[in-house]
Amino acid sequence: MDFEETAVKARAFSYFRAATIDQALDAHARAGDDARFIAGGQSLVPALSLRLQAPRLLIDITHIAELRGIGREGAYLRIGALTRHCEMLTEPLIAEFAPLLHAAAPFVAHPAIRNRGTFGGSVALADPASEFPAMTLALDAEIEIAGASGRRRVRADEFFIDLFETALQPGELITAIYVPLFKADQRFVFDELARRRGDYALVGCGMLATFASDRIDDIRISFFSVGNRPTRAKAAEAALIGFGLDAEHIAAAQAALAGDLAPPENDEVPPAMRLHLARVLLGRLLGRLGEGA
Amino acid sequence: MTAPLTSLDRPNSYIGRSLPRPNAKRLLAGRGRYVSDLRLPRMLYAAFLRSPHAHAKIVSIRTDEARALEGVHLVATGADLAKICTPWTGTLDHFKGMTSAPQLPLPLDRVVWAGQAVVAVVAENRATAEDALELIEVDYEDLPIVVDIDVAREAGGPLVNPGTASNICFRSQIDSGKVDDAFAHAAHVVEEEITFGRHTAVTLEPRAIVADYDPAAGMLTVHHGTQTPYQFQDLYSRHYGIPEARVRVIATDIGGSFGMKLHVYHEDMAVVGLSILLGRPVKYVADRIESFVSDIHARDHRVRARMALDAKGEILAMDVLDLTAIGAFSTYPRTSVVEGNQVIRLIGAPYRFRNYRATLEVIFQNKVQTSQYRAVGHPIACAVTERMVDMAAVKLGLDPFAIRAQNVIPDDAYPQTSPTGYRFEALSHQACLKRLHELMNYEGLRAEQAELRKRGIYRGIGIATFVEITNPSPAFYGVGGARISSQDGAIVSLTPSGEVRCLISVTEQGQGTEAIISQIVADQLGLAQEHVKVITGDTEVTPHGGATWACRGAGIGGETALQAARALKRNILEIAALILQEQPSALDIVDGDVVDAGTRNQRMPIAEIARIAYFRSDTLPPGTQAQLTVSHHFAPQGYPFAFTNGVQGCSLEVDVDTGLIKLLKHFIVEDCGRVINPMLVDEQLRGGIVQGLGAALLEECRYSETGQLVNGSLADYLVPMPMEMPDIVIAHVETPTADTELGAKGVGEAGTAAASACVLNAVNDALAPFGAAVNSIPITPTKVLKALKRF
Ligand SMILES: Cc1cc2nc3c(=O)[nH]c(=O)nc-3n(C[C@H](O)[C@H](O)[C@H](O)COP(=O)(O)OP(=O)(O)OC[C@H]3O[C@@H](n4cnc5c(N)ncnc54)[C@H](O)[C@@H]3O)c2cc1C
Repeated sequence: MDFEETAVKARAFSYFRAATIDQALDAHARAGDDARFIAGGQSLVPALSLRLQAPRLLIDITHIAELRGIGREGAYLRIGALTRHCEMLTEPLIAEFAPLLHAAAPFVAHPAIRNRGTFGGSVALADPASEFPAMTLALDAEIEIAGASGRRRVRADEFFIDLFETALQPGELITAIYVPLFKADQRFVFDELARRRGDYALVGCGMLATFASDRIDDIRISFFSVGNRPTRAKAAEAALIGFGLDAEHIAAAQAALAGDLAPPENDEVPPAMRLHLARVLLGRLLGRLGEGA
Repeated sequence: MTAPLTSLDRPNSYIGRSLPRPNAKRLLAGRGRYVSDLRLPRMLYAAFLRSPHAHAKIVSIRTDEARALEGVHLVATGADLAKICTPWTGTLDHFKGMTSAPQLPLPLDRVVWAGQAVVAVVAENRATAEDALELIEVDYEDLPIVVDIDVAREAGGPLVNPGTASNICFRSQIDSGKVDDAFAHAAHVVEEEITFGRHTAVTLEPRAIVADYDPAAGMLTVHHGTQTPYQFQDLYSRHYGIPEARVRVIATDIGGSFGMKLHVYHEDMAVVGLSILLGRPVKYVADRIESFVSDIHARDHRVRARMALDAKGEILAMDVLDLTAIGAFSTYPRTSVVEGNQVIRLIGAPYRFRNYRATLEVIFQNKVQTSQYRAVGHPIACAVTERMVDMAAVKLGLDPFAIRAQNVIPDDAYPQTSPTGYRFEALSHQACLKRLHELMNYEGLRAEQAELRKRGIYRGIGIATFVEITNPSPAFYGVGGARISSQDGAIVSLTPSGEVRCLISVTEQGQGTEAIISQIVADQLGLAQEHVKVITGDTEVTPHGGATWACRGAGIGGETALQAARALKRNILEIAALILQEQPSALDIVDGDVVDAGTRNQRMPIAEIARIAYFRSDTLPPGTQAQLTVSHHFAPQGYPFAFTNGVQGCSLEVDVDTGLIKLLKHFIVEDCGRVINPMLVDEQLRGGIVQGLGAALLEECRYSETGQLVNGSLADYLVPMPMEMPDIVIAHVETPTADTELGAKGVGEAGTAAASACVLNAVNDALAPFGAAVNSIPITPTKVLKALKRF
């Protein structure tokens, strides 16, 4: 045994490196509930070290070629589950066709974590404070899932169910995320309020709007760090659709947020404060959106 | 154009020169020898099962399954260790009437905070030890929990120590004058209650210890990441009944300490006992969560203060009550009341007023202990005083600089005694204020602030004067009965090759102790700095001394080195005089050569003197015994403390819609007496300020109503990071102490002392147009938005 004995504190586990999706699904099925897929490990490894999770088997999915790559497929950009956070910053296809993800990426953790953490892992984990899961909502993205019963695509709107609970069934794998291609009549904005750069936000928000001249034809506004799951602000959206981004309609959207968000009790940030911050952020973002973003 | 020659231009004049730390390269190259990295043959690893309850009776402990696990060598409970370790009590005699319950490595029948270690497991590796912890079953019976300070003070409320009369650990009062009278006749009175959250040190390297008991030799060696090896040598010896000479504590490289690593921790005491029980080396390194729940915390004060002023803005009196909650025990051996004691003694220290009254109440509760951490008490005393002064300035329509200039003790009025009895040799408040005013372009900042306010941008400017306690004499701990030295020792030798070795009792934690000691020795002896090797941190090798705490390394350790080097120089010149047939007074040493004192002509290298003395003593006159090793001890005399002073300023911007605060720039003018290495002094100030800014805005150990620490990870406990830190501009005023030849005072805590006060004042300056104010540290967005009534 040649590891530093003091450093390793996770419970012992077996390790299997899968070469294909089928191998991964198979290994998981055989291990039952006692297995975890590991991608970037940026959430799972801390959980193992803290013994918050102690699976018997880790299935390494990072060598499955099919989970990699970014490419156009019809009206969608297919982003492989293993796409790392840092690639959101550097890949030209992301900047061109999914610029909202490109804009959100610098806010996800720090470079060392972005170098390993994966898009699929972030969406699978569905941390309500995470940037990318919320952005899949704003983008109306579809999550492609491989499981025992084959492949299926689930709209982001149906994917996030509750705290760390998603449409993923035990043993299922996210293979890719499909994002509708960004269009010329669309605008996006993203920002978050955090006490330190790189932290999980107090409140964060991203949105994608389709304009017909100066009026909003369609808009999808998604918040994170506001509740049990990434949350679309549908009432605020409704207050904006069909109108220009003037002070009156921005105020209406801010007011409507009370119906969209129900922030939980928290010892540091009371619900009323989080709602206030969400309104401030929404106002600022809509202002930027109106300026062309 | 060439600058005029200064004393720095003569050869080997290292005092006052910016030089890199000789050990920095080794540490940067990854060659540090931290206790965390240490692996000894046959070494085992300890892990601790911790209490999930803040207060509970231990009904039973079942360990059979854990003991049976393969790879487990020992499972020990409180009872097992109590057989070999005597209890300790964290009180000091000079804090009259203070109490604290006796402590043991692991508890016998009751846990008193959530996270307290209860059972120890020693195994082949840490992971196996952790596996075994999961197999231990402890039955607890809940006891009433004391979390809130007001609940703790309620008569008839729950008690941290059942059977005692109250939760009060210590009370103290100072009353120096006619305070009621002064308030009755004051033209103006300002009053505020200010709270200070708990925070903790968060060292990069957590606490780490390897205890290695050799039963054959009856010898205990402890590799310990501590600032104070001699203190621990004494404690391990006395509590485990091993003669002091058979206890060796080695404290080599250490990844940050800040006062946190000079206290007795239950786990560390336990690890020594585990090694004695097993006769094998046992290692324990706290993980980050363990650090949060078991390292000492600091601060946690609630101070109610009043200040009386006359119509012209002259401060007449202050009246304060400091309530502080310290956890379930007072920390050993330095206690948990020093901080409160310093708070009430430092309040008002920069100012001239004479009428002062203060009450301190130190209270037990079911949380981890608080104790000394960088700038003990100073940030609280400073924030309370400086907030009062700013409130008074607003009330009187005076500028913050003007009211301070009017009230500080004038630079020409020293020596002075503060109303709390502190004796000041010489401070420079006026000079520092004047320098800061220029340094921060105060008028320019005010003009910019006014301009931006018109555009809805709210900037604040804050300043804070401070006084820092350094170079402590035995008045600090010795008089209270603690075996904590305030003297230091040095052994300086000329090697056979003509180089110099200096073994010294002050220790190195990355602040550059070894660098300045080598500068002082080289300067005093007259040789190149790279020819001086400094060795620290091993009780078997280095002489007994205070080591590192309370800003004493340069002031006391430096003076020790200076005098030792001078003594060695005398001895070298004596031998040189014999060889050269001269009077010693006619000779000097420059750059490693003996020279004529008058002409500076080279006579012979000191290496040659060493060669003759060590290998050809037969050529020296009969009766000559060359003494090329000198040992010297120095204890501060004269003033009980060398006080330093300074003033900090800052500029920041408050986002009044989100409550987020952006620090724009920070300034400090500091007077630490003789500056030995300006670069290291500036590093100390910057590091200290950053820790103070963390306290001001980010750092807080938050507890639930049931006494659980709710943010014990680095994701939730926010430490300052580079992106949020402002540029820090530094200037110096130098008022050396006349108590030593060196004239140096301390500087390690000055940055932390006033940074949070500065930010508090600046935030309140920014909020002034709204008639809003914050009175609580850390200043979180929640507090700012609440003050602004935004939600
Ligand atoms: C210090 C720090 C700061 C961070 N800050 C942020 C932040 O500001 N914002 C943010 O969004 N995130 C942050 N993260 C989390 C980071 O983004 C993670 O990388 C991400 O949440 C998970 O991705 P991963 O590839 O590392 O997943 P892993 O840790 O490998 O796995 C996480 C979970 O997802 C499952 N999983 C992974 N891939 C798949 C898949 N393809 N299909 C099905 N299940 C899968 C795993 O089984 C596991 O349960 C931070 C992490 C750290 C350590």
